[in-house]
Amino acid sequence: MAETASYAERGVELATGKINVLDGGAGTPVVVLHHSWGGPGWLPFHDALVGAGTRAIVPDMPGWGASERPVWAREPRDIAIIVSRLIAALELDDVKLVGLGFGGYIAAELATMNPSRLRGLVLVGAAGLQPRNGEILDQMMLSHRKYIEESFRNAEAYTAYVGEEPPDDVRDLWDFSREMTARVTWKPYMFNRRLEPLLGDMHLPTLLVWGKDDKVVPYECAEQYQDALPNASISVVEDAGHVVELEQPERLAALVAGFPKD
Amino acid sequence: MFIGHFTERPYQDPNSGYFGATGRNLMDLAMSNDSYDPRLGADLYNRYLDERVFAEEMGFDGLMLNEHHSTPFCMGGVMNLEAAILARITKRAKIVLLGNILPIWDDPLFLAEELAEIDMISRGRLVTGWVRGTGRESVAHNAVPPFNWERFQEAHDFIVEAWTKPGPFRWEGEHYHYRYVNPWARPYQDPHPPIWIPGVMSRNTVKWAAEHRYPYVMLATELQPTVESFQYYDEVAAEQGYEAGTQHRAYLFKVHVDETEELAEEAGRKYVQGPSNPFLEGNQGIIRPFIQNLPGLTQRNNLLPTMRSFAAAASRGRAAQHSKNKGEAQAAPTPPRDVYKDQTEKLSIISGTPDTVIPKVRHVLETIRPGTIFFWDGDGAMSHDDQMRSLRLMGSDVIPAVREMSKELDLKGPFEVDPAKDAADDATQEAAAD
Repeated sequence: MAETASYAERGVELATGKINVLDGGAGTPVVVLHHSWGGPGWLPFHDALVGAGTRAIVPDMPGWGASERPVWAREPRDIAIIVSRLIAALELDDVKLVGLGFGGYIAAELATMNPSRLRGLVLVGAAGLQPRNGEILDQMMLSHRKYIEESFRNAEAYTAYVGEEPPDDVRDLWDFSREMTARVTWKPYMFNRRLEPLLGDMHLPTLLVWGKDDKVVPYECAEQYQDALPNASISVVEDAGHVVELEQPERLAALVAGFPKD
Repeated sequence: MFIGHFTERPYQDPNSGYFGATGRNLMDLAMSNDSYDPRLGADLYNRYLDERVFAEEMGFDGLMLNEHHSTPFCMGGVMNLEAAILARITKRAKIVLLGNILPIWDDPLFLAEELAEIDMISRGRLVTGWVRGTGRESVAHNAVPPFNWERFQEAHDFIVEAWTKPGPFRWEGEHYHYRYVNPWARPYQDPHPPIWIPGVMSRNTVKWAAEHRYPYVMLATELQPTVESFQYYDEVAAEQGYEAGTQHRAYLFKVHVDETEELAEEAGRKYVQGPSNPFLEGNQGIIRPFIQNLPGLTQRNNLLPTMRSFAAAASRGRAAQHSKNKGEAQAAPTPPRDVYKDQTEKLSIISGTPDTVIPKVRHVLETIRPGTIFFWDGDGAMSHDDQMRSLRLMGSDVIPAVREMSKELDLKGPFEVDPAKDAADDATQEAAAD
């Protein structure tokens, strides 16, 4: 990894528990919500966001990473409520909310409830809607390694990023995160039938970014989001699977920085 | 001593290519039921019921059933049905369910009703047992793994209350909600059927069982880990202010007895053939650790004292093939030089004529000191004939010998000494009665 831009790590105390946040750069705030397998720390994607003139704010969602677990949480909507309160506690306005995979599901739920501090929504390979034809890949029936490998466009991309064998701490992150994922979305797995009816009155500009080779959340979900939302467009990223932020960080950062067009 | 009989009721289909002595390896939860033959299933269910009736005739005190889902190694997906049939067609033996998988029940009131009916039809011969289940069960009936332990405890509390507290009442818990609990079926036994807890690996389950004074049934674990687990039970009992005894210790182990040593070896080798439980060493099955260790199903720091590194797999002899919790699907097991020999040497399998079997059973009893034992027989690729030969010799030779032995070793079962009471209480009660 290149020398990172400077960022700060801090805990934000909410009544529901402490949230751990990485925060770097200055300018338009961009809040990035991680995948179900947890936040791997400060990434080249975050550097790229900072380089594009934005402020990247990267929380561990409650129950993931170093953020306290809300033991009472039973569905992604519970997580979305807490993230919404985090944004308020940080006194952020005109936020671009970026959700990656499961984080996209959280972002969509949040936007239906409280878009007041948001300026735009970027859903990247977002879960949350039940595919009309296909299925969202079920990580619970796969080993961690296999699931993450499927998240990349191909095995070579996985190996290039993770290496032949993931280090123990990375495996621990995946293992720990999977439990919290199970606590809120074991069933139904990665979607909520009560989300789509609420999208019609969610007027925020929304960009739906899908890796061309996403094998985790079918592309039809992008189209379903677009159909349900009044103000959404789709951008497909070449040479990327589900983890666009890992495979094409500069490209994704540019999409985020340039959206919405003022 | 309480002596029970057990088989997992494997789905034996020698024509499928998967089962039988030369079957292909079977990966857990990776096989379609399109190869299932209900006519064969009909034969097998009836065979296993017939064998249970004969086991009762041969003098077994208990007929143990178990429950697994979506797997050919155990046909007891709905063991309560088998139990209900046995309740009607047997006369004397206890029907021992080890156990219903509480966390996968979304409506445990149904379970309370079913068990009460079985208890009534059998006129009080039900022993109920409850488990948390393996990952397979959580997947098969889609119960949220991280809430497995919470649901187990709440379902337990609810069922006991549904059995004992006059209704109607409300139940508003964390995982279960009822506005009208008033089952029109109550257990025959007062206050309710005995509850025994089977298991292998979860430290908090042992602790919980000891706190409730429920007998704990170690399922085919190796001798030393079994001893140490019961020591842990004893420690918890002491903390609770009572002294645990043989009435709290139950042990399931593989015992087959046959007419000649040659027949005994031939049949004994079938334990590790066919669709037998893939969690036991040498069997023809491949487990997938990421399914067995579903997220949150087992707290990683809550394994029994002897199993910190290798969990249940090691205690059941699969250490060599066990990879880390977070590991990949296991490669097909490399057959050791002779699995059967290895297992007979460490008494994971005891098979022989009565003359050779009885001393080995004695060694197990002396080592573990259980008040309840179950002989696990007629499993894997064993035929009906294999099972019937064994049952006859159990009746004529082994069971009488074990009864004598248990008197000599003072191994009292839970129907001789109430596990819920202190021995001192019994003495007091007797004195009062005098």
